Amino acid sequence: MKFDTPATGNAIDRLTIIGHPVDRIDGPLKTSGRAPYAYEHHAAVPNPAYGVILGAAIATGRIRSIDTAAAEAAPGVLAVITYENAGKIAQPKGPPLALLAGPRVSSYDQAVALVVAESFEEARAATRLIRIDYAREQGRYDLAAEKDAAVMPPSIFGGESDTAVGDFDAAFAAAPVRFDQQYSTPDHSHVMMEPHASLALWEGEALTLWTSSQMIAGARRAMAMLLGLDPQNVRILSPYIGGGFGAKLGVRADALLAAVGARAVGRPVKVALTRPQSINNTTHRPATLQRIRIGATADGRITAIGHEGWSGNLPGGSAEAAVQQTRYLYAGADRMTTTRLAVLDLPEGGAMRAPGEAPGMMALEIAMDEMAERLGLDPIAFRILNDTQVDPENPERPYSLRQLTRCFEEGAAAFGWDRRRAPGAVRDGRWLVGMGVAAAFRNNVPMKSAARVVLNRDGRVTVMTDMTDIGTGSYTIIAQTVAEAMGVPLDSVEVLLGDSRFPVSAGSGGQWGAHNATSGVFAACMKLREDVALKLGFNSAETVFEDGMVRAGNRHVPLAQAAAEGDLTVDDAIEYGDLDKRYQQSTFGAHFVEAAVDAATGEVRVRRMLAVCAAGRILNPKTARSQVIGAMVMGVGAALMEELVVDRRFGFFVNHDLAGYEVPVHADIPHQEVIFLDEVDPISSPMKAKGVGELGICGVGAAVANAIYNACGVRVRDYPITLDKLIGGLPAV
Amino acid sequence: MRTFDYERATSPAAAAARVAGTPGARFIAGGTNLLDLMKLEIETPAHLVDISRLAGLDRIEETPEGGLRIGALVRNSDLAADRRVRRDYAVLARALLAGASGQLRNKATTAGNLLQRTRCPYFYDGNQPCNKRMAGSGCAAIGGFSRNHAVVGASEVCIATHPSDMAVAMRLLDAIVETVRADGSTHAIPVATLLTLPGDTPHVEHGLEPGELITAVTLPPPIGGTHVYRKVRDRSSYAFALIAVGMVVQEDGSGRVALGGVAPRPWRVEDADALLPRGARATVEALLTGAKTTSENAFKLPLVERTLVSALAEVRP
Repeated sequence: MKFDTPATGNAIDRLTIIGHPVDRIDGPLKTSGRAPYAYEHHAAVPNPAYGVILGAAIATGRIRSIDTAAAEAAPGVLAVITYENAGKIAQPKGPPLALLAGPRVSSYDQAVALVVAESFEEARAATRLIRIDYAREQGRYDLAAEKDAAVMPPSIFGGESDTAVGDFDAAFAAAPVRFDQQYSTPDHSHVMMEPHASLALWEGEALTLWTSSQMIAGARRAMAMLLGLDPQNVRILSPYIGGGFGAKLGVRADALLAAVGARAVGRPVKVALTRPQSINNTTHRPATLQRIRIGATADGRITAIGHEGWSGNLPGGSAEAAVQQTRYLYAGADRMTTTRLAVLDLPEGGAMRAPGEAPGMMALEIAMDEMAERLGLDPIAFRILNDTQVDPENPERPYSLRQLTRCFEEGAAAFGWDRRRAPGAVRDGRWLVGMGVAAAFRNNVPMKSAARVVLNRDGRVTVMTDMTDIGTGSYTIIAQTVAEAMGVPLDSVEVLLGDSRFPVSAGSGGQWGAHNATSGVFAACMKLREDVALKLGFNSAETVFEDGMVRAGNRHVPLAQAAAEGDLTVDDAIEYGDLDKRYQQSTFGAHFVEAAVDAATGEVRVRRMLAVCAAGRILNPKTARSQVIGAMVMGVGAALMEELVVDRRFGFFVNHDLAGYEVPVHADIPHQEVIFLDEVDPISSPMKAKGVGELGICGVGAAVANAIYNACGVRVRDYPITLDKLIGGLPAV
Repeated sequence: MRTFDYERATSPAAAAARVAGTPGARFIAGGTNLLDLMKLEIETPAHLVDISRLAGLDRIEETPEGGLRIGALVRNSDLAADRRVRRDYAVLARALLAGASGQLRNKATTAGNLLQRTRCPYFYDGNQPCNKRMAGSGCAAIGGFSRNHAVVGASEVCIATHPSDMAVAMRLLDAIVETVRADGSTHAIPVATLLTLPGDTPHVEHGLEPGELITAVTLPPPIGGTHVYRKVRDRSSYAFALIAVGMVVQEDGSGRVALGGVAPRPWRVEDADALLPRGARATVEALLTGAKTTSENAFKLPLVERTLVSALAEVRP
C-alpha cells in the first residue's frame, strides 16, 4: 500500500478495538515466566555450551600477547576464542565498532576473548586464567578537553550537520534581549532489564541466532556482513525482549561471539553480557556540551535562536544530535544549529531513548525557562508566543498537525499552574516546593513496514512480521489492528513477531515502531479483505467486515468461509510517498513537574508529574500510557541521578553496576498523570497515529530542573542535578 | 568464581576452629556481600564454613543489665522490626531500614552487616589498582572518582568508606561485639574499636583474629532521648549514604552523634558529643577535625553540618 495522500475514512476509524485500553496479550506469558528470552530457549536448543566474554582491562592500546593455555586446560572448557583464532570478522566503517579487540584495544571492556565451556561457571572461572600482556596507551577521554578539536560530522540523522536560516549573528547582536548560556549532559546507560544475550546454532553454513534485538532485519544484515555469510543463511529470532532503549538496535559482542564460538566448538553456544559489560562493553548515550543563544524583542518574540552541540565518539561513531529539535520547535526568523564531534576513546556511543532530543531538550527547555524569566514572562506564555504552525526553517512547509499550545493550556489547567509562585516562595516544612514546565517534542518517522496475514478455515487470522516487542506493546496493538481491520475478535488473532523469516518491518526504535508496523499490518489486512471479497463474490468496495462476518447489503457470509478451501495468505507493506517532505511531522507535549528541595540537604523529591501528549491517534491508551510514564521515569533519572562517571585517567565508566549507576526507585516516582489529546493525524499514516514512546522523555529533565529552580532559586545547568550542586545556593541554615 | 569447599558448622567454637585451621577459609551467613565479591573474584575463599544454621544465634534476648543481646544471625529485617528495638533503640531500627532493600535485609545478618566491605567502585573493578583488594597495588580512587569517599579517618593509600547504616547506630549506642575464638575463649570488643582505620594497611579492616567469630552484639541499657537517623543520598532508597547522621538527644540538650558515609568506619568523636548543646557548627568542627577532601567530596563537610542543623531542629522544634 502506497501512502501518498492523507488518509480518509477507513476500517480503523470504527474504533471498536483500536483506541481501547486493551491489556497486553503477552502479559500472562511474561508474568508467569513462560515468555522465553534470548538466553532461555531451552526447548529449541536443549544442550548449549556456555560462552563468557572477557573484556579488555585497558581502554586504549595494544595486546602484546595472549596466553590462553591455562584457560584451555581448565575443567569443562571447550574453546577459547580470541582475535588470533576467531577467523575472519569484517570491520564495517560505522557501528558496531570493533566488537572483538586485537591486537588493537579501542575501548575499555571491549571483548578480547570468549571462553566456551560446558557450564556457565566453568566458562566464567576460565576467563580469569587468561593472561594478557597489554601495551597501554594514553587515549582521549575528556569531552571538554577535546571540544576544540571536534569537527563537523558527515551528517546527523541522515541530514545536514549544520543548519542556518537568515543571519543569526546579526539578528542576535541586534536583539533587544539576549540570552547566552552553556549546558552539559553526562553519558547515560540504557540499563534495560534484560542484558544483551544470544544463542547461536549452526546447521552447515546456516546460522540461527536467538538474540535480543530491536531490529531483526538489521541484525541479520549485520551478522551476515560480520561473518561473510549470505543473508539467506542467517536467521534471527527475537520474540521477546526485556527492554532495549536503543542498546539493542545493532548486534553486539554477545551475538558475534556466540556465533563464532558455536562454529568453533560445533555446538550451540549462548552468551549473555554481565551488567558491568552492558555498561562498558556496549553502547551508551554520549555526553553533550551545549550552547544556546536566544535573542528576542522586549515583548518576548524570538528573533534569533542558535544551538550548538558537542559530543564525542570512537572514530566512525555518530554524533549526538542534541540540536535537532531547535530546528523545529520555536519560531524565529534567523536561526542556526551546529553539531561537532570529537574523537573519544571511550566505549562506543549510540542511540538511547530519543537520541538527540532527550539531551537537547534538557538544555533548550531550561534556556526557554531562563529567557522567560529574563523577559518577565510566564514560561508557558513565552512558549505559546513563539509557537509556530510551520517548519521555521521552511515556512512554506506546514506541520501536519501541531497542538503544542493546547498541550500547555490543558496541562496548565489540570496541573494547577496558576498556583506557581516566585522562586523560593513556597515552603512546606523543611521542603522548598516549586513547579516547572517544559515542552516535549520528537519527530515522527515514516518508514516502510511489511507484514503477512493468513486467514484460516476457522476464521482465525495469523499475522507475521519481523516487528519486535521490546516491552512496548507491539503484540497487542498489532492484534488490535488485525481485529479491527478484519472484523474479528481479538482472541481470533495470533501475532507472530521477531523472526527474520517474516516480512521486514520498521522494527523498534526512534518511536517509529507502533504507527509504521501497524500501518504495514493494516495494508496487508486491506489486501486480504480484497481477496476475501473476491473469494466470496462480494464487490470489495461495499463490503463490511464485522463480528466475524462479511456483509454487503442483505448478504452476509462468515469470514471463515473464504478460507474453506485453504488458507488465504497475503503479504503487503506500507510505503510512504512524499508527505513527510510536504509536511513536517512531529509529536508534541507538555511536561509539568512539582518538585520539593530539602532546604537543608538539597535532596530533591519529585512530588507530581503530568504529561500532556499530542501524538496523533492513540492506538491503545494503556500501552501508550505505560510508554509515557516509563519515559517520564527515565527523564527523572536523567534530571536527578543518572551519570556514567568517566575516569579521565583510565578511560572508562567507573560506576559500572546498578549500585553505582543509579536510576529512580519506586520511592522517587510520585503519582504520574498522562493526558492524551484526542486527535488524529491523517497525514502521518493510515492508522492516523504517530510515535509516542520517546516523546515521553523529551523535556522531562528540564521540567524537573525548572521546578527545582522555582522551588529553591538555584539554577543548575550541568546534569544530573545532585544535591552537591544545590547546597551552595540554598539558604543558610 | 573459584571453586571452593563448603561445610556447615556445628557450633560457634567449632566454626572458629575450622576457619582458623583451614587456609583460605571464610565464614558465610547471609552471603549478601560475600557472594557478589566471590563472583567477581575479589574474594576467593578456598573454603566456606556456613554458620547460618547454627542454633541460638538468631535470637534477641534481654540482658541482666537491662540491655539487649542480638544474636549474630539475627536478620536485619527482624532486628528492625523488634518491638524492644523500635521502642528503646529507635535509631538502630531507623538506620537498618535506611539500608539496602527489603530483600537484602531479609538475608543480611547483624554480624555480617558490621563486617561488610566497602563499595568503592575501584575496589569492585579487578582491572584497577586498589590497596584494599591487593595490598600495595595503589589507589585508583585517589585522583579518580571520589564523590562518595571518606573525608575523615582515611589515609594516603585508601579513602574508602564503610557502607553500613546499622553500624553507625551500633557505634552511637556503644554496642559491644561478643566473639568466640578458635581456642573456644570468648571476648568482648566494643564496636568502636572493632573496625580499624586503613593507615598503611587498608586490606586489614578489623582486629579479629583468624577464625574469630562474632556470636552476638550487645546493646547497653536504653539511654532514652529522641532518636534520629538521617541518611542523605542521591535517590530515595536503595542507595549508599553520601552522609548519614545518627543522633540521640536528651531533653536537656545533651546527646551523642555519629556519622556514616564520611569515614572508613562509623564515625563518632566522644568529645564532639559534649558540644551538641552548643549547636551543629561546634559539634561538626570537632567531629570532622582534620578532614581531608577531594574536589568531588568536599561537599560532604557543609552537608554534614546542614543535615545536623536540620536534625537538631527536628528534635528541638
